[in-house]
Amino acid sequence: MSDDVAGNGAQGATGTDAVKAGLARMLKGGVIMDVVDADQAKIAEDSGACAVMALERIPAEIRKAGGVARMSDPEMIMGIQEAVTIPVMAKCRIGHHVEAQVLQALEIDYIDESEVLTPADESSHVDKRQFTAPFVCGATNLGEALRRIAEGAAMIRTKGEAGTGNVVEAVRHMKTITQDIRRVVSATPDERFAIAKEMAAPLELIEWVGLHGRLPVVNFSAGGIATPADAALMMHLGAEGVFVGSGIFMSEDPPARARAIVEATTHWDDPDVVARVSRGLREAMPGLEIGEIADGGLLQTRGW
Amino acid sequence: MSAADARRPRIGVLAVQGAVSEHEAALADVGARTTRVRAPEDLAGLGGLVIPGGESTTFGLVAGESGLLDAVRLRVDDGLPVLGTCAGMIMLATGIAGGGPQPLIGGMDIVVRRNAFGRQVHSFEAPVEVAVLGDPPMQGIFIRAPWIEQVGPSVEVLAEHGGHPVAARDATRIVAAFHPELTADRRLHRLFVEGIGQVAAGTEHEEDTVVGAQ
Repeated sequence: MSDDVAGNGAQGATGTDAVKAGLARMLKGGVIMDVVDADQAKIAEDSGACAVMALERIPAEIRKAGGVARMSDPEMIMGIQEAVTIPVMAKCRIGHHVEAQVLQALEIDYIDESEVLTPADESSHVDKRQFTAPFVCGATNLGEALRRIAEGAAMIRTKGEAGTGNVVEAVRHMKTITQDIRRVVSATPDERFAIAKEMAAPLELIEWVGLHGRLPVVNFSAGGIATPADAALMMHLGAEGVFVGSGIFMSEDPPARARAIVEATTHWDDPDVVARVSRGLREAMPGLEIGEIADGGLLQTRGW
Repeated sequence: MSAADARRPRIGVLAVQGAVSEHEAALADVGARTTRVRAPEDLAGLGGLVIPGGESTTFGLVAGESGLLDAVRLRVDDGLPVLGTCAGMIMLATGIAGGGPQPLIGGMDIVVRRNAFGRQVHSFEAPVEVAVLGDPPMQGIFIRAPWIEQVGPSVEVLAEHGGHPVAARDATRIVAAFHPELTADRRLHRLFVEGIGQVAAGTEHEEDTVVGAQ
């Protein structure tokens, strides 16, 4: 946090917790779409996306290409920032605080410290408290989510398994977090010490969850969402919004699918709407069975 | 439902996308019942409407498609009291300075500039003096916030920041560029709900929204 002159001479404190976590609150109920260029960003915005994630290759392509996946070229990110008025997010490698500094210098609206890129540090994540830009981080369970929040993440997304078009891992991670929260809520104060140790999470955050029955920040779902029904399913399971990566621009009719996923996310509890928007979307992206992913090929196990 | 409950105004919260539950909690704190508005029929019997923060382009597209935007515009033009924060303020403006066309509700004689204070790294919080609310100032949380660039004769400016109007009202509408729903200060919500007074709430869909549920 710093005292800063905001744009156009307005004086105020930037980078406060309220300001960082507040933007995630404004994204709730919305769809954040992966885009690789300005044209895709426009399609996303015109389909009702509440934000876009700028990256050089969508996760399914990263998975196919192999090698080291890094932060995107600033030139490409800036092109997307020019093209749309909605928030623009971008990914840095886990633990790569210089990539994060570059993204902040580009005035990215949210930094995703993401397991989709190749980790840069095998033990530590970025100290996100040092940044004015807010961070979103992936999690597969409550302990992981609270570790990221302790480091300064202002938004969480369940990891799922990116680039597969298979929602099963997203479901597993969302249910795990919900079940973990239920367990903390029903635990006695002394049991919460043991849970904090077991989950490797700060005790004060475990106690906060016990008191409030939810995560301290907004929680979206990500990784494998490919259809309007997938998006609605994740909302049913308690997601406050969804990230769709490969699911839109790897499909046969991206604008129609993008639009349909937005509608299904708003009207997730209305099966008539989900049915109507699911009609005639042509082929979804080809899916990948999790069991067919070679050893070491899972992205969700990156991060500590 | 008790007779006292029936006299509490029922306020809709536009629930296309954005900070819906935060406004529901604030409205409950000042004694209003709330209903989520996702379809035109949800507007029946409302004593007022809140348009929350979120992405105004998303609101316009999703609510435009379903006919909800037209239905809201009809009711608002007809005098339904409305509170709009951030994106909600944009939706109620008659025009957007320097922006491309996007679907709006309109009706309030203001022109706004979207993202006027800059991108998220310039988002900030600062005390905002709102004269009609007295002391102390509100803590204004400005998130990629708009400001008001032009004000018509029917509009009263309620607060300024950095020389720009950031809150205003006319006969039926209150707008703010910042987010009182993200703080514990309920004075702006109280001003809105008390302005509605004891308007008899509708009789259908009486079950209250569970406040704070996501």
